Amino acid sequence: MKAAIITFPGSNRERDMRMALTRVNNGKAPLDVWHGDSDLPQGLDLIVLPGGFSYGDYLRVGAMAANSPIMRAVKARADAGTRVLAVCNGFQIACEAGLLPGALMTNAGLQFICKEVNLRIETTQSEFTQKYRKGQTIRVPVAHHDGNYTLDADSVKQLEDEDRIAFRYADGLGNVAPETNLNGSVSNIAGIYNAKKTVLGLMPHPENATDPVCGGTDGLGLFESIAESLS
Amino acid sequence: MSEAKKAVKYPNDLMGLSKAEYDLVLEIMGREPNQVELGIFSVMWSEHCSYKSSKKWLKTLPTKAPWVICGPGENAGVIDIGDGNAAIFKMESHNHPSFIEPYQGAATGVGGILRDVFTMGARPIANLNALRFGSPDHAKTRHLVSGVVHGIGGYGNSVGVPTVAGEVNFHPSYNGNILVNAMTVGLAKTDKIFYSAAAGLGNPVVYVGSKTGRDGIHGATMASAEFTDDSEEKRPTVQVGDPFTEKLLIEACLELMNTDTIVAIQDMGAAGLTSSSFEMASKGGMGIVIDLDKVPARETGMTPFEFMLSESQERMLIILKPGSEPQAEAIFTKWELDFAVIGHLTDTGRMVLRFNGEQVGDLPIDPLAAASPEYDRPWVKTPPQKPLGRVNHPLPFIEALGKLVGTPDMASRRWIWQQYDHLIRGNTAQIPGGDAAVVRIEGNEGKALAMTTDCTPRYVFADPVEGGKQAVAETWRNITAVGGRPLAITDNMNFGNPERPEIMGQFVGAVEGIREACLALDYPVVSGNVSLYNETNGKGILPTPAIGGVGVLDDVTKMATLAFKLPGEAILLVGKTNGHLGQSVYLRDICGQEDGPPPPVDLKVERTNGDAVRMLITKGMVSAVHDCSDGGLAIALAEMAMASGIGAEVKLPSGDAFEIGFGEDQARYVLTCPADKAEAVIAAAEAAGAPVAKLGLTGGDALTFAGQGTISVAALKTAHEGWLPGYMAGK
Repeated sequence: MKAAIITFPGSNRERDMRMALTRVNNGKAPLDVWHGDSDLPQGLDLIVLPGGFSYGDYLRVGAMAANSPIMRAVKARADAGTRVLAVCNGFQIACEAGLLPGALMTNAGLQFICKEVNLRIETTQSEFTQKYRKGQTIRVPVAHHDGNYTLDADSVKQLEDEDRIAFRYADGLGNVAPETNLNGSVSNIAGIYNAKKTVLGLMPHPENATDPVCGGTDGLGLFESIAESLS
Repeated sequence: MSEAKKAVKYPNDLMGLSKAEYDLVLEIMGREPNQVELGIFSVMWSEHCSYKSSKKWLKTLPTKAPWVICGPGENAGVIDIGDGNAAIFKMESHNHPSFIEPYQGAATGVGGILRDVFTMGARPIANLNALRFGSPDHAKTRHLVSGVVHGIGGYGNSVGVPTVAGEVNFHPSYNGNILVNAMTVGLAKTDKIFYSAAAGLGNPVVYVGSKTGRDGIHGATMASAEFTDDSEEKRPTVQVGDPFTEKLLIEACLELMNTDTIVAIQDMGAAGLTSSSFEMASKGGMGIVIDLDKVPARETGMTPFEFMLSESQERMLIILKPGSEPQAEAIFTKWELDFAVIGHLTDTGRMVLRFNGEQVGDLPIDPLAAASPEYDRPWVKTPPQKPLGRVNHPLPFIEALGKLVGTPDMASRRWIWQQYDHLIRGNTAQIPGGDAAVVRIEGNEGKALAMTTDCTPRYVFADPVEGGKQAVAETWRNITAVGGRPLAITDNMNFGNPERPEIMGQFVGAVEGIREACLALDYPVVSGNVSLYNETNGKGILPTPAIGGVGVLDDVTKMATLAFKLPGEAILLVGKTNGHLGQSVYLRDICGQEDGPPPPVDLKVERTNGDAVRMLITKGMVSAVHDCSDGGLAIALAEMAMASGIGAEVKLPSGDAFEIGFGEDQARYVLTCPADKAEAVIAAAEAAGAPVAKLGLTGGDALTFAGQGTISVAALKTAHEGWLPGYMAGK
């Protein structure tokens, strides 16, 4: 698998992502691509938009990064079918760039939240989650201030009908309820796919759950799914 | 001379200098200083920059050990942690600004301490803090807690450095002066440490980072005076933080440090360009010329005085090797940061300031630094507390325990640390809520650093020497309790007005206690910071020498945590329990008394017991470890139960249950191990000289004390987790 991580000014979880991808890719580290570049390396299987506070998130989250030079190339590759994994700030950027529908608003509690949460796997019909079981819950941390996924009701229905909801905030038994809604996201949504299921955006950090000593290994399934599909 | 003195015409505004100090200025200058020059004297001789009241005593602290690479005097302390790696760390206060403007005050406190660490070549890998607020029912407290926590999170989360540990106390003595102490730990290679002494005649002086604005002018002077009711008017002296620029600055500086271009580097902290340029030149025995019109300016029409005294954040000063300017500039341009050659080094021993071709200041560097005032302020020894008399216990034991876990000082801090990204960089092996944070060493992930901040101000107030010892010993114990080898500390000395002999006496006593503990535990001070004048309208804070400790775990997989692991395991107590209730939280929060001497700290016993516990952990003989501190043995057991959801049945050692259960005797740890291994653990600990008592067994979903009663773990948790979120929600 040939992967690249895009670094924007203010990205800060690119290192965590590099560690996770290296772990499942036979020790081979992903390439680093700078936001100011206008071209991506040839032959990429996966493009990652990592977490952080691109441009300080001083404007609407992700809005500045979505307009940086490299994003034109990312959109072109995504349209051509290259897989894109967009995590946290990356998810916000992907929504701003039109790669995914909806928007990420400030958490309902108005506070930054860093904690482990339970995610229910909503579909395994995807190259990103095929190694999980449908309905399985995994423990993965979140660390965000603006993770409140917002989308109109008709579009949510469309996501459901097209099996494009990837993860929902749940309890340890997989129950999805208002009490398990971490941040106010519509329908407890933690992650979604584009129509072709080639782009996955999610707020939680599976890259921080790939190591038995630090954070556990519940996120490993996602990276192993990707590596297996794309190798 | 006396004739001449009489002739002195003092300016209306001495900028915080005393008349005697102004006389010294005249003597050094040989003429009247202009406003820029007087401003420089004012900040360089401020308490904040000169340590004039504290220097005499700080010099007595032990600062050396075979593993110390750089002790106090540089931007941060450096210790050797093996394998060619160094840990670089320091704690610093941002008390005064945080009271005036809590969000920005706390945020820039984090930004400042990060710069102190990465300026030495370290990648920051962890932030910690030590916070003190006023009484929860004081009108301002909620607003200050909210602002400070948001400020620390807002900055730390954005720069991408995990905030992994901290401590919080509430006490009415902080009503008018909160304490915000921030600590950063960084990682560097032992052969790639950068220092601040300027060298090389003609070498370029380079300014990088943010532009200079009019913020924070005279912040250092503000932080060196008491507050009065109109301190809100000092808001313009507080700086504004920009974590995004700081993140770029970290990456750009670390990238530059990988090239061979830097002679010396220093961040612009308190007193901005003045102290950075002055200190770099002074340490290197060089002169310096600065063209102030070349300093990148955020606003038009700024004066030389404003350029020199601005405390705009996210700026660094670098002495480059000649000819390397283009290479360095390319890096800062890539990161979209300002880069400007603003001067060069000379051999004149003078600081010469120019502005639009005109000379606007000319000061001798060595005489100004050498004449920096050092006071032997009068002090009186803190009188010993009367022994604690008979204590009336208003509540039954179990009820008292149920209440104590939910008091402001004992309640869970989850509401705070869940607002801090404590996981970023993927190396946090022990998150907040344990005895010490554990963060793996990047590039050598089998090893980890253990780190903690601690101080028990009520002990220090009652007996500064014992309290100083206890603060150091508690960090040592917390690092030990996770399995770490404690290596060194940073101290953040927060006190009231040193011109009052009883406050100075607290300072002198606390330094003595810290000194004794550092010597006994082979645990030197490698960096520190002093914050005095924490007073409002003449009322001082509890003396608060916050200590930040750092240690190493040679095998991170052997790390201990405090949660009970399984039902049916043996619970053991290491250390002797005398039942010392003086200055305990039980006495204060349940009985309403702040009386008696604090628990004495026997450093020899501390070391013996701690070494034994660490040996048990590294041999893998124990399953859970927790030290006994605030709230004593009963609270320690409750915390181990709450962390796991597993209860326990215990029988307290013989004696009065309240004294034994809630007494805060030092040098104690609670351990668990498989029941059939208990005898082996006891034998091993006792062979190492540590006394061990069997307390009982883990199991069930309640905590039972023989002869006292039972409380469910769920009830404990409700009280423990409920207080802070409820308080912050205005309940």
